[in-house]
Amino acid sequence: MSKKHLIGPKLQDRLFKIFAVLCTGLGLLVLLILLIDIVLKGIDRINWSFFTNLPSRHPEESGIYTALAGMVSLLFFTLIIALPVGILSGIYLQEYGKRNKLAKFIEINISNLAGVPSVIYGILGLQLFVRTAGFGNSILAGALTLALLIMPVIIVSTREAVKAVPDSLREASFGLGATKWQTIRRVVLPVSLGGILTGIILSTSRAIGETAPLIVVGALAYVPFVPEGPMDQYTSLPIQIFSWTSRPQQGFIINAAAGIIVLLLFTFILNGTAIYLRNRWYKKTTI
Amino acid sequence: MVQKDNNLTESIPYGLYKLRVKDLDLYYGAKQALKGISINIEPNTVTAFIGPSGCGKSTFLRCFNRMNDLIENVTIKGEVMVDDVDIYKNMIDVYEYRKKIGMVFQKPNPFPKSIFENVAFGLRINGESSKSVLQETVESALKQAALWDEVKDILNKSALTLSGGQQQRLCIARAIAVKPSVLLMDEPASSLDPISTAKIEELIYQLKNRFTIVIVTHNMQQAARISDKTAFFYIGELIEFDHTDKIFTNPSKDATQNYITGRFG
Repeated sequence: MSKKHLIGPKLQDRLFKIFAVLCTGLGLLVLLILLIDIVLKGIDRINWSFFTNLPSRHPEESGIYTALAGMVSLLFFTLIIALPVGILSGIYLQEYGKRNKLAKFIEINISNLAGVPSVIYGILGLQLFVRTAGFGNSILAGALTLALLIMPVIIVSTREAVKAVPDSLREASFGLGATKWQTIRRVVLPVSLGGILTGIILSTSRAIGETAPLIVVGALAYVPFVPEGPMDQYTSLPIQIFSWTSRPQQGFIINAAAGIIVLLLFTFILNGTAIYLRNRWYKKTTI
Repeated sequence: MVQKDNNLTESIPYGLYKLRVKDLDLYYGAKQALKGISINIEPNTVTAFIGPSGCGKSTFLRCFNRMNDLIENVTIKGEVMVDDVDIYKNMIDVYEYRKKIGMVFQKPNPFPKSIFENVAFGLRINGESSKSVLQETVESALKQAALWDEVKDILNKSALTLSGGQQQRLCIARAIAVKPSVLLMDEPASSLDPISTAKIEELIYQLKNRFTIVIVTHNMQQAARISDKTAFFYIGELIEFDHTDKIFTNPSKDATQNYITGRFG
């Protein structure tokens, strides 16, 4: 064995592999324990009335009906606001914007925005939408805040998807006399749609789980009615779970666990759809 | 400048040359890539551009359909006349103009759409939606590209399922479906096997009747086989332009002689 190495390269290789497996295993183990704990606690609580009951003082009569309704309408308005702005910005930055220092600067800042703690968006939303714009503790204020939060993710993923379209396809289109818009609509967007959808869905599942900014912009913990319009007050599933976990009664803890299961299922389905769409599109458009 | 142009137009009857380039300079930023190129290309001929890598022949080819416009920081000086119209003058609608010039690229680049939709693309962007017109044009273009018999039963299949050689003929069909008068080919066979290459060459020979073809190639045997005239480029300059048999048997410049005999490049 050469004196240069403290331990031989082959042993190094094996040690590194064991180390990597241990690290991965540790992460999975913690996750698994959490999941099993939640499922054991909450699974019995999940029945039809849990989905249809309004919140109540009595844990066993309490349900997530208003929280689910609030979450769905919140997401609806969030996406209506964030999708057009995010997708079009992404397309603009990649296809139309010039490559100069300003563009680089903007690019870095958008990536940074995606990493800003969500509570900061909450504070921004509180000042901007709740107070200055006067929307109050409405779904609209919450949706605008969440839209700001997920917009960077949508912009970045749209850009990446559009960037992945080979230039040879753009050249082919331009060579046939297509304008920029025709090229984007008929060649670039169809090819990148899978990637764009993936970004949308991943950002949606992020928006679903957000709690901190909603607490700051004033989502209520107890809402005994279903919101009917964007100006109504609301609660959302993560808020409901958060409020339940802060109660002393054991029954609410079980409710919280059940709520978490529902929330996890939602994100699981969304992420699964994202992966399915991505695979399908890649198969269709690989060259 | 204007005076010169008039002289040219008067002395050369309209239509004698399909493509006329005069004193063309092209810069990428500050770097000059093409230096004072002048060339006249007759209609219904095949012209081959040869030369070592980086000599500017592809860049020059892309001047004819203004593909260099897509790259930032490119400056072009001089005249590029197609049918005696200067295509770099402001009045030209570049999108309309590109429809008259078909282009086939080095690597087959079919759209990830069906075979039919690939060929119909040029018509669709023109707003053509009549099914019978589309069908007729697609069939005729595929027949001209010698691909019809192989794909007539699978028109709705993805173009990506075709072999490389078939894909390249599909790209040729796609280009000629919009009825251009000039076909630009940028090393169309360089990524293909010998059998596919032979088919493309045969096709080029047949298409000559209907189109003016300019082809960039690294393969000198190919240039010798298919072209009527050959232009030899070296470091951004057009060194020699003459009949292909003259270039390959008795070139007048030493550089050309050295290149075609394989002493460099």
